[in-house]
Amino acid sequence: MMRFLRSAFVIARRDFTATVLSKTFIFFLLAPLFPAAMGGLFGGIGARVATQAQHPVVAVIAPKAEFDRLEAARAQITSALGDDAIVKLVGYSPAPDPAAQEKHLLASQDPPIRAVLSGGLDHPRLVGALGNDPATAGQLKLVIGRAKAGGFDKAPDVAVTDVHVSTGSLDADRVNTAWASQAVLFFLTLMLSTMVMSQLIEEKSNKVIEVIAAAMPIDGMFVGKLFAMLAASVLALIVWLSAGALLLQAVKHGGAASLPSPAVGWTTFLALAVIYFAMNYLLFGAAFLMIGAQASTAREVQTMSLPVTFAQMLIFALAATAINAPDSAQGIAAAVFPLSSPLTMLARAAEKPQLWPHVAAIAWQALWVAVILRLGAQLFRKTVLKSGPRTKWWRFGRA
Amino acid sequence: MLRQAQHEGLDRLAVEAVDLVKEFGDTRAVDGVSLAVPPGSIYGLLGPNGAGKTTTLRILIGIIDPSSGMRRVLGRERPLEAASEVGYLPEERGLYPAMHARDAIAFMGALRGLPLHEGRRRADQLLEEHNLGKWARKPIRSLSKGMAQTVQLLGTIIHRPKLIVLDEPFAGLDAINQGRLEEMIRRETRAGATVLFSTHVIAHAERLCERVAIMAKGKVAFDGRVDDARAKLSSIVRLRTRSSDGPWRSALPAGTRREGDEWVFELPAAGPEPLLRALLDGGAGIETLAIERPGLHDAFVAIAGDRVAAAMDQEKVQ
Repeated sequence: MMRFLRSAFVIARRDFTATVLSKTFIFFLLAPLFPAAMGGLFGGIGARVATQAQHPVVAVIAPKAEFDRLEAARAQITSALGDDAIVKLVGYSPAPDPAAQEKHLLASQDPPIRAVLSGGLDHPRLVGALGNDPATAGQLKLVIGRAKAGGFDKAPDVAVTDVHVSTGSLDADRVNTAWASQAVLFFLTLMLSTMVMSQLIEEKSNKVIEVIAAAMPIDGMFVGKLFAMLAASVLALIVWLSAGALLLQAVKHGGAASLPSPAVGWTTFLALAVIYFAMNYLLFGAAFLMIGAQASTAREVQTMSLPVTFAQMLIFALAATAINAPDSAQGIAAAVFPLSSPLTMLARAAEKPQLWPHVAAIAWQALWVAVILRLGAQLFRKTVLKSGPRTKWWRFGRA
Repeated sequence: MLRQAQHEGLDRLAVEAVDLVKEFGDTRAVDGVSLAVPPGSIYGLLGPNGAGKTTTLRILIGIIDPSSGMRRVLGRERPLEAASEVGYLPEERGLYPAMHARDAIAFMGALRGLPLHEGRRRADQLLEEHNLGKWARKPIRSLSKGMAQTVQLLGTIIHRPKLIVLDEPFAGLDAINQGRLEEMIRRETRAGATVLFSTHVIAHAERLCERVAIMAKGKVAFDGRVDDARAKLSSIVRLRTRSSDGPWRSALPAGTRREGDEWVFELPAAGPEPLLRALLDGGAGIETLAIERPGLHDAFVAIAGDRVAAAMDQEKVQ
């Protein structure tokens, strides 16, 4: 066993130093900036488009006093429901030719007008493209009704005292934490998986593989390669988490400590997050190393990447079904299935305080890491190291 | 003290194989190979490409398992258990291009259990001895092919193995480096190591080996001492006479052939004396008479056949 571990360590040390001490590792560390920047860019564009597309403007042809009553009624309703919940109103003074004014407004591009309201509060008349938008008419009825009732300044006062957290808000926050942590874990693993797939290409292309295979068990080489990549990833993760915490400290009062606490508490949650990241990485890494080991060239690895990515997304979807329902049949199935187990259990840690399921899950996942590594090493020996014709995948069981 | 003396069981074979078979699909690459490599010897595996030499070596050192048969390396039936005492140079050389020469050597030692710092220390020393000292901290990609091969060879022996397995070690080396490699092999055996190497160049085996196995089509056609291989053939006599004909001609054995102005025939079993007497008495007028001991190449032709020998000669030319 010591010899095995020592061999794995030799490989891990070589791979780790070759990865971390290379110039390309700087780009690796900067990797999260790219999706963040892309997210910011496309999010901004999307938000602007959504604002214009999803929030119709209704032109109101009415004297100013009447329009002010409508606006006041709208403001009272949006204070409870949110500004986006109710159509926006733009006031226009009545023109001598109402029909022409109505036609002109409906053709307006700035702002784009969904409908025109005229006729005053007593005989309101709405004209516009409302066939697929019954909500706009409904909202206007609400606003007009409120405006006609008056008494905008007679709303009862409610003394509001803000507390940091309540059970209602905590449940919602924990679901958000579960979802966010699962998403981060998924994307991290997704990013690393293709790197793992190409791990053996270097040795196979420069023929070092035979020197290694003659000196140590293939299992040791697989373990060494996998843990080297894990160590490099954890190093990067620490850098990213530290940078994230510093950023949060800078932009949010109280920093990371002000975030809503997960069910198991932040300290345990972060420890579990690191463990589940390691397990998720090791499970997928072992599987991808096994698949990637069959490839002889970078092009073959690229070809394999697409189906592998889709498979990962399916597993992410399975794990996501457990959010908000970790004890349901689907939640338990996702926790038991080895490849979705780390994602599911991390979400559970955000939502449920019990720790024993995590101990069992980590042991279960570790067992599967060992099984997949063993299988991968056997497959590699059978199909790759032979100097004669390769055994086909479908013949592996009979080889 | 010799490395071998540090090892238990001096009389035990360094490498032993019994009826090794390796099948790849429908192809039988190794077909019932049996070998016995004594400790401290230089043992050559001779044969043309495709004879099964590389597969045999890979089986022996544990890269692949045989389909059937038994192998034992330094007393262990699982060769990887003896990995720290074995050095292996594969036919297809392989090093990490970005690694420094000393680190590449130390890495190969570390794979075999040598601590990294000790590997680096020995690497510096070995590189100096091979006039590569100034390349120690240069990446492999900056070395010439010959230098890189030397680096890999040094990595093969950095941990001072008891058994050194070299697959076609002379391939790609110029004459000077081939001479250096031969000397290195002799030096390692003087230090007590056993060297097992494959080659398709008979001259190397003839110069270096005490024992050889001649392989063809996955089988071992001969396994034994080089002298025993040669002894399978009679010595060749080359005779030039002043007289072109006469009663002495009846003293020439059956199968005598004419090559230019020489008579060429196998030395009769009775030895040279009766032949000389008959030639002198018959008035042959001996101008020159040479008795040539058969070379390993001749033995190889006799053992493996003309076609296999021709194939090897062709590979040597290439």
